[in-house]
Amino acid sequence: MFLINCPYCGERDQQEFKAGGEAHIERPKQPTELSDDEWAEYLFMRKNIKGVQFERWNHAHGCRKWFNMARDTSNDEIKAIYKMGEKPPTQ
Amino acid sequence: MTLNLRVKSSEFIDETNRISFKFDGKTYYGFKGDTLASALIANNVHLVGRSFKYHRPRGIMTSGSEEPNAIVQVNPNSNITEPNARATEIEIYEGLEASSQNCWPSVNFDIGGINNFLAPLFPAGFYYKTFMWPKSFWEKYEFFIRHSAGLGKSPNTRDPDIYDHRNIHCDVLVVGAGISGILAAKNAAKNNFKTLLLDEKNELGGSTIFEANEDNKINHNSASEWLKKEINELKNIENLEIKTRTSVAAYHQYNYLLARENLTDHLVKKDKKNKIRQRLLKIRAKKVILATGALERPLIFNNNDRPGIMLSSAIKKYSNFYGVACGTKNIFFTNNDSAYESALSLHNKGIKVEAIIDIRENSDTKIIKKINDAGIKIYWAHTIVDTRGYKRLSGVSIMKLSNDGTSVTGNKISISCDCLGIAGGWTPAVHLYTQSGSKLTFDEERKIFFPKTDTKEQISVGSCGGDFELDEIITNLNYKLKNFLNINKTDFEGISLENDHETSKRNIWLLPSDKTIGKTKPFVDYQNDATAKDIKLALREGFRSIEHVKRYTTTGMGTDQGKLGNMHALGIIADTAGVKMGELGTTTFRPPYTPLTFGTIVGRNVGEFFDTFRRTPMNDWHIKNKAEFENVGQWKRSWYYPKEDETMHQAVQRESKAARQSAGILDASTLGKIDIQGSDASEFLNRVYTNAWSKLAIGKCRYGLMLNEDGMVYDDGVTTRLGENHYIMTTTTGGAANVLGKLEDYLQTEWPELDVYLTSVTDHFATASLCGPNSKKILNKIIPDLDLSDDNFPHMSFKEVLIDKIKCRIMRISFTGELSYEINAPASYGEAIWQKCIEAGKEFNITPYGTETMHLLRAEKGFIIVGQDTDGTMTPIDLQMDWIVSKKKYDFIGKRSLYRSDTMKEDRKQLVGLLTEDPNIVLEEGAQIVSELNQKPVEMLGHVTSSYFSPNLNKSIALAVVKDGKNMMGRKLFVPMENKNISVTVANTVFYDEKNERLNA
Ligand SMILES: [Zn+2]
Repeated sequence: MFLINCPYCGERDQQEFKAGGEAHIERPKQPTELSDDEWAEYLFMRKNIKGVQFERWNHAHGCRKWFNMARDTSNDEIKAIYKMGEKPPTQ
Repeated sequence: MTLNLRVKSSEFIDETNRISFKFDGKTYYGFKGDTLASALIANNVHLVGRSFKYHRPRGIMTSGSEEPNAIVQVNPNSNITEPNARATEIEIYEGLEASSQNCWPSVNFDIGGINNFLAPLFPAGFYYKTFMWPKSFWEKYEFFIRHSAGLGKSPNTRDPDIYDHRNIHCDVLVVGAGISGILAAKNAAKNNFKTLLLDEKNELGGSTIFEANEDNKINHNSASEWLKKEINELKNIENLEIKTRTSVAAYHQYNYLLARENLTDHLVKKDKKNKIRQRLLKIRAKKVILATGALERPLIFNNNDRPGIMLSSAIKKYSNFYGVACGTKNIFFTNNDSAYESALSLHNKGIKVEAIIDIRENSDTKIIKKINDAGIKIYWAHTIVDTRGYKRLSGVSIMKLSNDGTSVTGNKISISCDCLGIAGGWTPAVHLYTQSGSKLTFDEERKIFFPKTDTKEQISVGSCGGDFELDEIITNLNYKLKNFLNINKTDFEGISLENDHETSKRNIWLLPSDKTIGKTKPFVDYQNDATAKDIKLALREGFRSIEHVKRYTTTGMGTDQGKLGNMHALGIIADTAGVKMGELGTTTFRPPYTPLTFGTIVGRNVGEFFDTFRRTPMNDWHIKNKAEFENVGQWKRSWYYPKEDETMHQAVQRESKAARQSAGILDASTLGKIDIQGSDASEFLNRVYTNAWSKLAIGKCRYGLMLNEDGMVYDDGVTTRLGENHYIMTTTTGGAANVLGKLEDYLQTEWPELDVYLTSVTDHFATASLCGPNSKKILNKIIPDLDLSDDNFPHMSFKEVLIDKIKCRIMRISFTGELSYEINAPASYGEAIWQKCIEAGKEFNITPYGTETMHLLRAEKGFIIVGQDTDGTMTPIDLQMDWIVSKKKYDFIGKRSLYRSDTMKEDRKQLVGLLTEDPNIVLEEGAQIVSELNQKPVEMLGHVTSSYFSPNLNKSIALAVVKDGKNMMGRKLFVPMENKNISVTVANTVFYDEKNERLNA
């Protein structure tokens, strides 16, 4: 059970949050210009890596804000939490 | 044979408080402070169970939660009996009843015991190998196994006890109240850390408190006396909470731990009443200090499992703590000095110690000299090659070990005894440490896995950290605490310490016998009856991974998770396979550390508190009017309103007719309602719905369909434009929360530039849906001032009105195809408005109807229910709802997916109507549809999604999804059922009033 530092509310228990999958996948601005393959890449393809992964999280039972998290999937260490629209931290 | 083995009054046992209890039907006596195990041993009862596979007699082996054998059924004759309790942890109380559980018909005469002689039939992988072939034998095996090899019986009625959960936040959590844990907790609390100290036992002090080694001194005092003073001081310390009988079950990430606090199990029945039995503590600690101690290892030798063979440390605890001798003629078998402490304790209490067998060549510490002075014979470099006695140990045979420790030489010496203490060294209790995700390090010299690295949030101190000798423990504890808590000094810094140091070590994972390994029974996992031979067999058969060997041999898979023998299993694998133990790694220790009852896990969330449920503001009226309820999401919705002895079918037929012929009323309060405001609200709706919204006039309503980005239908509902920048959206009852979540997600992450605000107002409004040709007349009675003409208040429009000064929103929208008005009132006035409609509708025989009638009426009109007629694989085109997909809009959620090659296929499953050849047969929802009856295998074309008998059409109607259904109009298909094949014809989805004339009737 993680302890997650919501950028708007502070530290809260994981059960207040909802995980939202891989971060930094932008919805294409002009979907009709895309081939089936390009659209499928956006729609279906997600990474599942061992190591630092960038994820979306939502404080669903709190402020309901979405934010990003850099988490090491091998040991669940939360490396960074940053707001939507902010750049992922470089290491 | 009854024999009183109480040897000395103990300060931990209240001998003035005699307690009677029953074990296997026989009455025994013990004292307040005894465990079931200590009281049984005092009565000379060692045989407490049968082993799982071979049904060998087994006795009490330990004095704690690591016990593999003494697993008992508590209150065996009650229907709330509890299985798998450890006799070593049960504190006795007047009236306690327990019985051996893994034996049939009795512990002394056990039919399964024959397995012992059939042992060659039960090798590793026995269950995998045997039951695979021949299949027909399974029934025979099953009967045999179910009767003879149970792991207790489960209770068969509702648990009457109360359980509880509690959240705790603390600065420092200390797990284990031995000497290290007590000093750690005391110093943390004294330095202003809010501290919680937990221990699974009922007494503080761990093993030091009954320590009797005069050579271990703190501050020139005996270690136990010094510790008692420290414990006494704990009472006066602020910031410190202590919980005994509390076992930490799990250690998750970010210092989140679960512990079970046992509150009443040790009390007599009348004191248990109305009290919380167990409490699950959910602890979030800033820092965790693990002081969980170490578990003594057994030694693995031939027939090492007879009743009377116990851990040396357990024998010491029974004598020093409980004042009970485990035997009258004792032998110790060891590879280290600690057995000598146990032997000396017994000797000093006048209990006879026959001999000590030590696999080491020699040792010359002080304690050895004392044993020599006491005249106890020591056999150096010897091992036990066999033991005797069936239901109780009667003797051992020993031989000299070869220099390399792999074989035995010389003459066999036989010694008789009734108790054998085995001491194989110590294993740090690192279960919680590894559960937290930390990695262990192997110390090749000391043959232990230990936590080498500490973190800022967690340290391991004392013997669980790999420190075993007093001076080492206290010195390292002082150093670690200062760093961890960032304090200058502890209150025990520089204290004088005196103790012996062990000088000689020898470790042999599997001790040799004069018989070959195939002929011996060296048990590694007592509870699961896995022997060293099984492990070797698994390796011969090609298993290499420790995790695979564990599962194949079932080593470590019992309720004790192999706390005693896991290290030996690893050692034997390493030796046999020729690899280093450090490279082999350990198996994973999973929570819980000791078993938890279901009651503790669920706490108060039972019965009506099992799940949240929601009721509408009109709920009381529904109950008064005898509604049957249906669960829709978390809502309790009126399902139908049976009159007198009406069946559900009869009630629904009556309600459906009334709604079309005169007037009906439905509680629609559960539909999700989202208030949408902001200057970009129209643009937002354009992007989330498939149809266009910009041109919707203020005061008008529109039906919308929402897709997922993959083009599949997600939700639907009517949205009304209340103002220039203000809409109210309705969603399905079950989808409300998810739709809001999805909309917020897009607003925050994809379109943050849009000026839109979303608020869930589902609970703020109560909705009464008036329906039927007389609904206009009823509404007119309620609001005479409102012009209800089609010109002023047409279909798909909205009015804000006052009913008895209550501001209400009325939408003229219809889910039944009838003239219909939805009155939305503030929730607290919901029942009053509903009541008003009922009163006004009396002269028109207004009929309340529930969800079942609503479903039937909308099916007559071919309106879909998202989630019933769709299942996440249906596009609007599949639903034949092309009309709602805007061709003009450049983009909306899911649009691009409607042009993927797969979604554009002509022969996808599509929504159609089905009419049965026999109009009286109602299809089963979910039934499969085929076009051929004689073909095998036959292609499933689709399935029935909605099906009813329509009283208004006087025939059966159904909606279905059928492959290429659009091109099948009029085709005859079949619905094969168990007893008959039903002929159906593909039809239009709209069965009733195709021209929508009734909307303005
Ligand atoms: Zn928040």
